[in-house]
Amino acid sequence: MAKAIESPSFERYGLDDDRLRWMLRNMHLQRTLDNRGFQLNRQGKIPFATGSEGHEGIHAGAAVAFSRGKDVLVPYYRDIGLCLGIGMDPLEALLSMFARGADRSGGRQFPNHFTSKAIGMLSISSIIAAHCPHAVGVAYAMKYRKETDRAVLCCFGDGATSEGEWHESVNFAAVHRLPIVFLCENNEWAISTPRERQMAIADVVQKAAGYGIPGVIVEGADPLAVYKTVKDALDRARSGGGPTLVEAKCYRFLSHTTDDDDRTYRSREEIEKHRHLDPVPRFERLLIECGIVTDEGIAEIKKEVLAQVNEVTDRAEAMPFPAPQELYTNVYEGTHEPWL
Amino acid sequence: MAVAAPTQTMNNVEAVRATLYEALKADPRTIVLGEDVGARGNVFLITKGFIEEFGPERIVDTPLAEASIVGIAVGMAMEGLRPIAEIQFADFIYPAFNQIVGEAAKTRYRSNGDYTCPLVIRTPYGGGVRGALSHSVSIEALFYHVPGLKIVAPSFPADIKGLLTSAIEDPDPVLFLEHKRTYRLVKGEVPTGRYTIPIGKADVKRAGDQLTVVSYGLYVHQALDAAARLEGDGMSIEVIDLRSIRPMDKGTILESIRKTRKLLIVHEDNKFGGIGAEIAAMVAEEAFFDLDAPIRRLCGPDVPAMGYAAPLEEEFMISTEQMAETMRELVRF
Repeated sequence: MAKAIESPSFERYGLDDDRLRWMLRNMHLQRTLDNRGFQLNRQGKIPFATGSEGHEGIHAGAAVAFSRGKDVLVPYYRDIGLCLGIGMDPLEALLSMFARGADRSGGRQFPNHFTSKAIGMLSISSIIAAHCPHAVGVAYAMKYRKETDRAVLCCFGDGATSEGEWHESVNFAAVHRLPIVFLCENNEWAISTPRERQMAIADVVQKAAGYGIPGVIVEGADPLAVYKTVKDALDRARSGGGPTLVEAKCYRFLSHTTDDDDRTYRSREEIEKHRHLDPVPRFERLLIECGIVTDEGIAEIKKEVLAQVNEVTDRAEAMPFPAPQELYTNVYEGTHEPWL
Repeated sequence: MAVAAPTQTMNNVEAVRATLYEALKADPRTIVLGEDVGARGNVFLITKGFIEEFGPERIVDTPLAEASIVGIAVGMAMEGLRPIAEIQFADFIYPAFNQIVGEAAKTRYRSNGDYTCPLVIRTPYGGGVRGALSHSVSIEALFYHVPGLKIVAPSFPADIKGLLTSAIEDPDPVLFLEHKRTYRLVKGEVPTGRYTIPIGKADVKRAGDQLTVVSYGLYVHQALDAAARLEGDGMSIEVIDLRSIRPMDKGTILESIRKTRKLLIVHEDNKFGGIGAEIAAMVAEEAFFDLDAPIRRLCGPDVPAMGYAAPLEEEFMISTEQMAETMRELVRF
């Protein structure tokens, strides 16, 4: 069995080989599910899909830093890998894509708007940054109840940091020193609007200074660095140190969604220029160089992940849509009728 | 012979205050948050002294940011607290529109019941206080279109206590509207101790058999005055206080119309697309052949707001005389 080689460029932050291989597997699972969504859309089987290619390193790293059963994740729609990483069943991703009745939202939500109170994953809308004050409210409740082993991980893209509610949220969390980590997954694009049209600063993290909280930049393509940065920030939050803004730099390799065509606003060359930021081959190379996986081992992970994704695809596809009458449930606790 | 329950005389401010106080006493999950609710004790002094008794963790002076006042309360509610958010004036609620309509009202629905949002948003609304363009508006019609939201607008102290208690205990988001002109104008007897009035139940404040008047807020009081004046002319007018705007009490309205066969709707919010439009449509659908006269609506004019100048405010507001005159016309129709 291969033994890890401790090279100067490799800091594993106490994570063992199994955990590192788990992270790589999570990254492949995320990418395979991304591809599956686009495939199903192009086959005409689902109306819509969202991809997160380029975000895998952030998700795998942050997921390991997350304390299962304690922390609360307030994700955004690109966080499929993070949701999987904190315990969401891949079947849920397919149920969401196929809008089946067994989906947790009952087939109501757009794909990738996951929810699960059981694993601590808040329900979100598609309105950018509208979930940030919710995350702050959850963090307030934790502090109010003196739950010092819990924190909130609130995620969003670079575009979200233009929204008023984002600023209001960071400010309130800073004033009250709440146990929350704001994780910006800066992929340089908000649909077709590049970062330099979104803000006049080079780094999102500069915004932290305006609220008196620390801001940290981390390379999103490096899941280990993300793990360390997010873990430190969560630990700080739990110990009463207040919020941190983490900016994980990455690149969005796919169009915004299946309904978007990024050829209308960015060149193929610009995408290729960023290919070195693809976290999956980078992490594979690192783990191979350090003797933690082999080429054959990676092939095995890919094969096994594809088999799993095929299996959940078939299972989800075979399940029924919600019954039409489900339209009327869960409007209120009782009747949905406005006239009593 | 029934023994009268003990009561206490209160105005509307005192009724809101007493109810909030009891809720804070009864349940440590209850949090009050908003602008100036702490040290100042709210701009109408509703929460005066609360911060000293319950502490700044439960009586939260928020930064001046309405969207996040509601949004943070939504998160608190999803995490198991029972927040009571205050928007200082209803006119300031617009920045929070998405948090109310897009988030709070849809939390239960979009998670298919996995998460709920037991949240109260209190806000003073309405004119007659020289509040000008941005301290006088009525907002109910902007929100009553929204499934997932409940709206109550009581204007008697006893109703305020019963309905605010219901709102705080409700498992879904409730917009609680307080007409600011009634705050110190209206006094009444309020039963002591905890009690609730169901959301969605109107109240017949005056019985009569020649005309049904449906109203809420400040204008219920004026409609009652007008009806009392007309009694001297031998007219018998029934006045229904809606109290709840969503859900609304169809049964009480229809039962009354089947008796009086005439309907006048009175509200301060402007007429076009207002609460009265929905009531009129419902009555036309369900009781058209019971009517002996066209439905009439007496509402605020379709202008952006009432002006600061006294004549502009007076022109906007409906006088008790105008109400009496319209009632007289309908009775005689």
